[in-house]
Amino acid sequence: MKPARFAYEKPKSLAAAIRLLAGGGDKAKLIAGGQSLGPILNFRLAQPELVIDVRTLPELAGVRDEGDAVFLGAATTHAAIEDGRVPDPTRGLLPAVARTIAYRAVRNRGTLGGSLAHADPAADWVNVMALVDAEIVARGPRGERRIRAAQFVRGPLTTTLAADEIITGVRVPKLTARARWGHYKFNRKPGEFAEAIGGVVLDPDRGVGRALVGATGDAPHVVGDAAGLDEPRMRAAVAAAGFAPDTYEHQVHFVALKRAAARAAA
Amino acid sequence: MKTALALTVNGAPAEAQVEPRTSLADFLREALLLTGTNVGCEHGVCGACTVLVDGAPARSCIALAVACDGADVRTIEGLDDDPVAAALREAFAAEHALQCGYCTPGMLVTARDIVTRLPDADEARVREELAGNLCRCTGYVGIVRAILRVLAERKVAR
Repeated sequence: MKPARFAYEKPKSLAAAIRLLAGGGDKAKLIAGGQSLGPILNFRLAQPELVIDVRTLPELAGVRDEGDAVFLGAATTHAAIEDGRVPDPTRGLLPAVARTIAYRAVRNRGTLGGSLAHADPAADWVNVMALVDAEIVARGPRGERRIRAAQFVRGPLTTTLAADEIITGVRVPKLTARARWGHYKFNRKPGEFAEAIGGVVLDPDRGVGRALVGATGDAPHVVGDAAGLDEPRMRAAVAAAGFAPDTYEHQVHFVALKRAAARAAA
Repeated sequence: MKTALALTVNGAPAEAQVEPRTSLADFLREALLLTGTNVGCEHGVCGACTVLVDGAPARSCIALAVACDGADVRTIEGLDDDPVAAALREAFAAEHALQCGYCTPGMLVTARDIVTRLPDADEARVREELAGNLCRCTGYVGIVRAILRVLAERKVAR
């Protein structure tokens, strides 16, 4: 046994989970699939007094069509997205990204909401949800609110969630038939955390042209007007994301974005 | 403080009181004495501890045992009579897909997932899917060959 001692609760409703979380203060942690918190507990980097298991909460399960968007429940696993077991509003982008997350054994348990709440800067959903301009839906004692994904991450492992709020799901806008996307993830070995993530989504019928400089070590950097993005503007975006020209990091992020743009144009 | 746990392991019911911080891997090894599941990195990277939870591969080192309450867990010991695992064991022996054997239980669980979930996988896909299972002896060549051999056998049978 590697983690420090903690108490464990598995509430039966979201309201009960929020009460437990609010009562536990900063000594309480939520767990869903445990694929981020598990290692952190084993390393004792986190030593919560209470772990609240939300993996099977009915309010975090399931998927809803909301017209212009699809709501994916927070407990949706990466493998369910990879396999197309849930609807894909992005014409292939989300399943393609899901397949690159860690390893299948991790994807079988790891969840969309858990990965977002953990907010590792190199993780996939914090970056790709910002690219597609998704909204993260959270509920706490003061009710529900929606947070645009590009504003969700404040820094490494830090989000705009209040300590007593729980992600219930993500509203992912539907791409239209003419939409194009490209995604490129650079890592040394499949499944490792990314060194750079590039992304482009062009959906002219919705007036959307977005580009992503991801895995920055901080919050994702999104370019909101990415139609006709050329190499000088790509380099400017990478510089604006914090990578000075003529550095290795600049080049890696530039190439990831260039390859993503090429895939979107292909 | 201990928490009640009831689950199915290799087809048989198992009940215990466990500390919440107990991993599924430690529960299997130390409470049930199923030591075929090996523990390597203990943070979800090496794949040695991979078991089936409700039919799908999972890292037992970063799954809390209490979070598997009600689950159907199958370890390498529970795959003795599984025809796919039997074919893989034979192919692993024929292709020299192991040396020290420490990664092998996790490799077989992952290999079984590849063969059953991705019947048309080619070598590149097999290697991609194997990225989450580390082997420090073989250089993977024999493991990849063994899995491709079973995939080919099953294609002939289809």
